[in-house]
Amino acid sequence: MTVAPLSAHLPQINVELAEYSELFMLISAFIYTFAFILFTVDLVRSSATIRRVEAELAAEQQEERTRRLVGAAAPGHDAASAPPSQPTATDAELVDDDLAYMGASRPFANVAVALTAVAAAAHGFAVIARGVAAARWPLANMYEFLTAAALLVSVVFLLVLLRRDLRFLGIFVLGLVVTMMAGATMGFPTPIGHVQPALQSPWIAIHVTLAVSAMAVFTLTFAMNVLQLVQSRRERVLEGEPKGRFERNLGKAQFMRLVPSAFSLESWAYRLNAVGFVFWTLGPLITGAIWANESWGRYWGWDPKEVWTFVIWVVYAGYLHARATRGWTGNRAAWLSIIGFICIIINYTVVNIWFPGLHSYAGLPE
Amino acid sequence: MSTDNDAATQVQPSAHRDNAREDALNDAQGISKKDVTAPALGPRGMLRWAWTQLTSMRTALMLLLLLAIAAVPGSIFPQRVQDSFAVQTYIEDNPTLGPVLDFFQMFDVYSSVWFSAIYILLFISLIGCIIPRARKHYQQMTSPPPRTPRRLDRLPEYGALELTSDGPDPEIALTEAGKVLKKRRYRVDVRRHEDGTGSVGAEKGYLREIGNIVFHVSLVGVLIFVAAGAMFSYRGQKVLIEDEAFVNALVAYDNFYPGTWFQEENLEPFSIRLDSFERAFDRQLFDGEPNPNYGQALDFTAEVTIQDGPQSEPEQTELKVNHPLSLGGGAQIYLVGNGYAPVITIRDGEGEVAFSGPVITRPDDPLYTSMAVVKAPDAAPEQLGFVGLFLPTAHDTGDGLAISIDPELGNPELHLNSYAGDLGLDEGVPQNVYVLDTEDLTELNARDADAGGIAIGPGETHELPEGLGSIEFEVVQDYVAIDIHYNPGTTAILIFALTATAGLITSLFLRRRRAWVTVEQNEHGRTLVSYGLLARGEDFRLRDENIALRTEFEKTWPVRPPEENNES
Ligand code: HEM
Repeated sequence: MTVAPLSAHLPQINVELAEYSELFMLISAFIYTFAFILFTVDLVRSSATIRRVEAELAAEQQEERTRRLVGAAAPGHDAASAPPSQPTATDAELVDDDLAYMGASRPFANVAVALTAVAAAAHGFAVIARGVAAARWPLANMYEFLTAAALLVSVVFLLVLLRRDLRFLGIFVLGLVVTMMAGATMGFPTPIGHVQPALQSPWIAIHVTLAVSAMAVFTLTFAMNVLQLVQSRRERVLEGEPKGRFERNLGKAQFMRLVPSAFSLESWAYRLNAVGFVFWTLGPLITGAIWANESWGRYWGWDPKEVWTFVIWVVYAGYLHARATRGWTGNRAAWLSIIGFICIIINYTVVNIWFPGLHSYAGLPE
Repeated sequence: MSTDNDAATQVQPSAHRDNAREDALNDAQGISKKDVTAPALGPRGMLRWAWTQLTSMRTALMLLLLLAIAAVPGSIFPQRVQDSFAVQTYIEDNPTLGPVLDFFQMFDVYSSVWFSAIYILLFISLIGCIIPRARKHYQQMTSPPPRTPRRLDRLPEYGALELTSDGPDPEIALTEAGKVLKKRRYRVDVRRHEDGTGSVGAEKGYLREIGNIVFHVSLVGVLIFVAAGAMFSYRGQKVLIEDEAFVNALVAYDNFYPGTWFQEENLEPFSIRLDSFERAFDRQLFDGEPNPNYGQALDFTAEVTIQDGPQSEPEQTELKVNHPLSLGGGAQIYLVGNGYAPVITIRDGEGEVAFSGPVITRPDDPLYTSMAVVKAPDAAPEQLGFVGLFLPTAHDTGDGLAISIDPELGNPELHLNSYAGDLGLDEGVPQNVYVLDTEDLTELNARDADAGGIAIGPGETHELPEGLGSIEFEVVQDYVAIDIHYNPGTTAILIFALTATAGLITSLFLRRRRAWVTVEQNEHGRTLVSYGLLARGEDFRLRDENIALRTEFEKTWPVRPPEENNES
């Protein structure tokens, strides 16, 4: 007997396009890395940036003063004879609580943002090309999941940047994007292919896309909530006497002066978390249950992946509650948001790799 | 007109203790908060105190966090709902830890006493939370907007305009302020004093709170239908070999798991017959080489004949993964597995047929290397048993070991060991049909035995040593594993899940705002309009609302520029 050459009903895979996809994935990973380095340089140089802003402010004030003096024509007035004080910019002059763009020009950060945009374009092409090459939604394995999540993180970041000055998040966001890209290409390299029957469902597009979007949003809020905790500690340090080396260093950390106030970070993280929570409710939870009902015959079965989807949902529901609970607003609520994100990381690492379940598609009768 | 319409809200204790947003709201409006703190003496007082505690925001938060933590062990330890066999294996492998974990219901987390206690408390708290909340909201919606605070400039957003002398007098300005607010979709209450001055109280965004209540009520709905659905549900499994039919009756199931209130009459008499089964595999070549996923399954199609009850006509259709069939008034049929069933005939030492029929083999890998177990308890003089592999495309690796190199039937072979002796089937102890306990059996055929192993293809027969019989491999058939599920709760659960989402979105993204305008006459005889805004819950655009209101006011009235204000 010979192997019957049964041809599948699915379209052929476009190998050439798939190779381009992989190439562009690498290219974008390199550009992201470069952007990350520039954001780091920007962080290291933040004190220089602040000094420059202060100099500009000083010049402005000087000008203002001379104008006033000339106008008042009062030579010999106190203000003129007083030594030209070196004004220190208050934090309020460096960042804005509404995250609007302020005067401080940050060339390194700006180039980094531009590079991120270029990388995101290449990355977007790579992800779409992969989907076109395989004639399906490119979200079927860890490689595709991670690259798509990284793409959404950077796209959401860039979109918010259009309206709001999130450059202070750059180093964290790009750090995460680079990690995800490295994880995808080195940890889970997966050759292009069709998917098994259970994954051939339109629900994959909705379910996984919403999950990835939620992750992208939660990634941003995670970074913001962590910064919030640092910033609020710094604010307390600045009010009183710093205790210990950590607090003294924190008080002097110039970069944190380019980060908005803890209060502002908190409320922005909340606005994003609310969006992320809706995505998570609709995506992993509801469409996940609908698809499970269609594919496996039950909407919910406490498979490890489902357990963690539930845990994450409950933690973020707890976060939303905490923000409305006396004594839990502010930093305590931020911790819950951080824990929620840690659960997401666990869900996509530990659970994917070590806890077997239906999501690894055993799919055999008992 | 009454100016003290907040009296009702003030007398009533807060609908949720510990709600930070209500505190903030009350602070801003200058309403003192009333807390139930010290437990009153006496059993009734204690009960009331316990109830207040249970329905407080803090308790809800704690219970939510507890619920999250309590769910985790279910992903670490195998669960009976998922795989009772894995639980059994786990306990056998961990003889000390296993029973302890079992005692603490770690293998039944989601039906355990402690997990149930947490979510039942949570939902009691939830109901105790929604009812006063809904009542309070109904009151607020049916009574006029809250009393005008004494000092509007204390509110988070505040503005004042001085109209020019030729502007309207306070009485008209008051009416017009009400109109402006109405245009911005506020519910408006104009409160006039004798002298023509007065104030306007306004509120909008009642839907936000309704959304929140709908969300929480929907959660209760989901829980009720999850529970009720599980009570009346049943699910079962059946393996169907080509040309075999299944009739929905208890005896026909291989495994059957009824819900608590399941009754046998609930089984609608539908039937399903497997006519043929087709698999499609990835056969694409990249540059003449098999692609990395070569041989991966791409499609399974079962051609079936279904009959939805004795009255209806048989009908041919397809059953595929992700496309369940709906039969018998709501039972869903799923294609969950498939494999090969070689047809085998076993003759015993006396030449009688001891077994004849298809044998279900369990695929172990994507190449369908399948476990095969055949038992022939009717064989005489000794019972016979066979264990081994079915290989769809057998390939000899050279050292006498064969493996499967392709999932399709290229070169099907059975590779078996054979045993004789007491199979242990007569004691009445239920046995797994896919496992043969060879401990007490005599080995006849094995690769390292004198007689060697059995390796036969279709149409071939192998004689067992010592004249104990023979085994014949006839043809290969396909089989499918189907799951039959019936859960009357699913539609309701889906509907409540969707209303929950709608409520959630409304409650997170709509804004509830209160606005007050006071109109006075200042010492220059000009009309002074001040207004203040207060948000209930998060509102990041209250400033925008301030600006919008101001713009509207400036369009309505001639306003004196602020510099002139300073000077006069
Ligand atoms: C089944 C468990 C529960 C879940 C999953 C849940 C989920 C949520 C979510 C996601 C929100 C945010 C939406 C919003 O801000 O309107 C929320 C708000 C709220 N929940 Fe719950 N909740 C639960 C139980 C409870 C309980 C037991 C109470 C009673 C104390 C409660 C009282 C509230 C209140 C008062 C708010 C509005 C907070 C505010 O903005 O003032 N919830 N809940």
